[in-house]
Amino acid sequence: MANNELFWESGLKINPLYTAEDLQTSSNLEKPGEYPFTRGIHPLMYRKRPFTIRQYAGFGTPEETHERFMYLIKNGQTGLNVAFDLPTQTGLDSDDPRAIGEVGRVGMAVDTLADFETVFEGIDLDQITVSLTINGSAIVLVAMYFAVAQKFGFDIKNLRGTAQNDILKEFIGRGTWIFPVPASVKLVVDIIEYAAREVPKYSPVSVCGYHIRESGANPIQEMSYAFSIAKAYINETLKRGITIDDFASRLSFNFDIYGNLFEQISKFRAGRRLWAKIIREQYNAQKDESCHLRMIAGGGGGGLTKEQPENNIIRSAYYALISALSGTQTMALCSYDEAYTIPTEKAAEISLRTMQILIYEMGICDTVDPLGGSYFVESMTNEFETAIKQTMEQVEKEGDIIEGISSGRIQEAISKQAYIREKGIQEGDVKKVGLNCFKKEEEVLTVEFHPYNEENYAKQIAKLNKIKAERDNAKVKKCLEQIIEDARADKNIMPAVIEAVKVYATVSEITNAIKDVYGEYEEQVYF
Amino acid sequence: MEKKLRILLAKPGLDGHDVGVKVLAHALKDEGFDVVYTGLRKTINQIIDKAIDKQVDIIGLSILSGTHLILCQQMKDELDKRSLAIKWIAGGNIPDEDVPKILKIGANAAFPTGTSIHAVIEYFKSMEN
Repeated sequence: MANNELFWESGLKINPLYTAEDLQTSSNLEKPGEYPFTRGIHPLMYRKRPFTIRQYAGFGTPEETHERFMYLIKNGQTGLNVAFDLPTQTGLDSDDPRAIGEVGRVGMAVDTLADFETVFEGIDLDQITVSLTINGSAIVLVAMYFAVAQKFGFDIKNLRGTAQNDILKEFIGRGTWIFPVPASVKLVVDIIEYAAREVPKYSPVSVCGYHIRESGANPIQEMSYAFSIAKAYINETLKRGITIDDFASRLSFNFDIYGNLFEQISKFRAGRRLWAKIIREQYNAQKDESCHLRMIAGGGGGGLTKEQPENNIIRSAYYALISALSGTQTMALCSYDEAYTIPTEKAAEISLRTMQILIYEMGICDTVDPLGGSYFVESMTNEFETAIKQTMEQVEKEGDIIEGISSGRIQEAISKQAYIREKGIQEGDVKKVGLNCFKKEEEVLTVEFHPYNEENYAKQIAKLNKIKAERDNAKVKKCLEQIIEDARADKNIMPAVIEAVKVYATVSEITNAIKDVYGEYEEQVYF
Repeated sequence: MEKKLRILLAKPGLDGHDVGVKVLAHALKDEGFDVVYTGLRKTINQIIDKAIDKQVDIIGLSILSGTHLILCQQMKDELDKRSLAIKWIAGGNIPDEDVPKILKIGANAAFPTGTSIHAVIEYFKSMEN
């Protein structure tokens, strides 16, 4: 009956029952660890090693962030994910007038290499993998990371870790762009190229479907746009004279989890298969590892509510289950209070324990891809693969993704969808428990808000002034000139930026040097 | 209705969260309001200049990074400095307890986290009457 038809958010139709007849392909013969990796990129997956737990953290001064990191490591977290404040993310120093009120607020403040020396002191950088959530100013912060690792005596040839470094999605969501679109892509590729040559185990980019989905995209668009963006970076990197097998295995992805449980699982299984095919068939990769879709898949903030916030603990536990059933490499969960504040230590601990309970009590690691062979999941994996492919072809037909983002066409489409979804929530068509159904009559919000510490602002500025007074300013000037010279000559500016951070040039000084050559992005305003 | 209310939606400061403000812009447009949006990372001065240029009836500040009290105070100070009496409101990730503080600074209204789109539309409609 037509009025009983059921559709997922992504538009795929769901039948009441799936049987062997629904499986046209022989996907049930696929094996994990074998191309096209639908069932997982490793033969033994979590049986060999559970997924990495990597909560997003960082606030205040580098000293405070260092303390939180030590706490997380002591409590069994196996990776770090660094949050930076907005001035750092947009290339401003803490003493910039535009930074007032923002220093150390949504992440840690960083002005110079000295801040990285503080935050990573005593952390075993070849055991704990560090992920830097940085995009617009990524070239500066990644340079600092390589420089601090060297300074602490680690060989960067063995250095692992990840930089988010996905600027194209910043023009869609998050908004920490600095330079014009083409120059921004050039800088992403500078980092990829440098890593491929000098820091071969480092993941120089984490392409984020996550923020695209958070901005209003449905799960099919989340995967399609992320893959199209990844292809744009690959195409530009190949022009630098390195081969696909030199760097494809170091590309990683960041995806979102909220919404329908089986829709997300099908999305990831399909994504893994399609990405492998893209890399092998379109780029002719020889190595299997080049075809791996490595990902962090985390519980999305978009699914959480301010109303009855404790319900977010339950939602996040389901998101964690989805992530594990989808074969993620790394997991992060938004904490239950994260819909409206920086998580309290208690909220962050509950997230950590949620993932540990899954690993140590629920037996989630016992066998690989437990849903493989399900008539339903395999059918929807097939349908999802076709749908992602079609959406990518559509994007490519209308002009490439860089053009689509530069003109604002993609942002406009996503923003319209965000409006439709929000309307659905507000009118009750999209159900959110505690928000538009099963509401409490008089809900008193009893949550703790993360306080902003004014003293930190003064401390951070004092530290910056001290460094500026003590450093060799002639050397700084020379290094900044070198960055400008290399940018003008269209060279990879990464080596020059590394030299500049080593002599304690600031985030803003380096950003301004780059701006001198590339200019600034002018936002295309539409909604 | 003789004249549609003209609203400037603005993103002051460094906060890049623009899903909410764009959703609101769509909703207000659907209701027949005349909506102008500034885009991201504008200074209070740039926002006021835009408000004058577009001759808007009211400015709506969208702030989600936690800096709402600082930016609202800047708004008030700058309007005073220029002797302007443009109406303005604030919304975004604002705890309930900060609403009276924002009103005290001088906003005409403040909409905390969880405010329905409907409530904001009703507010603007009440201004037209």
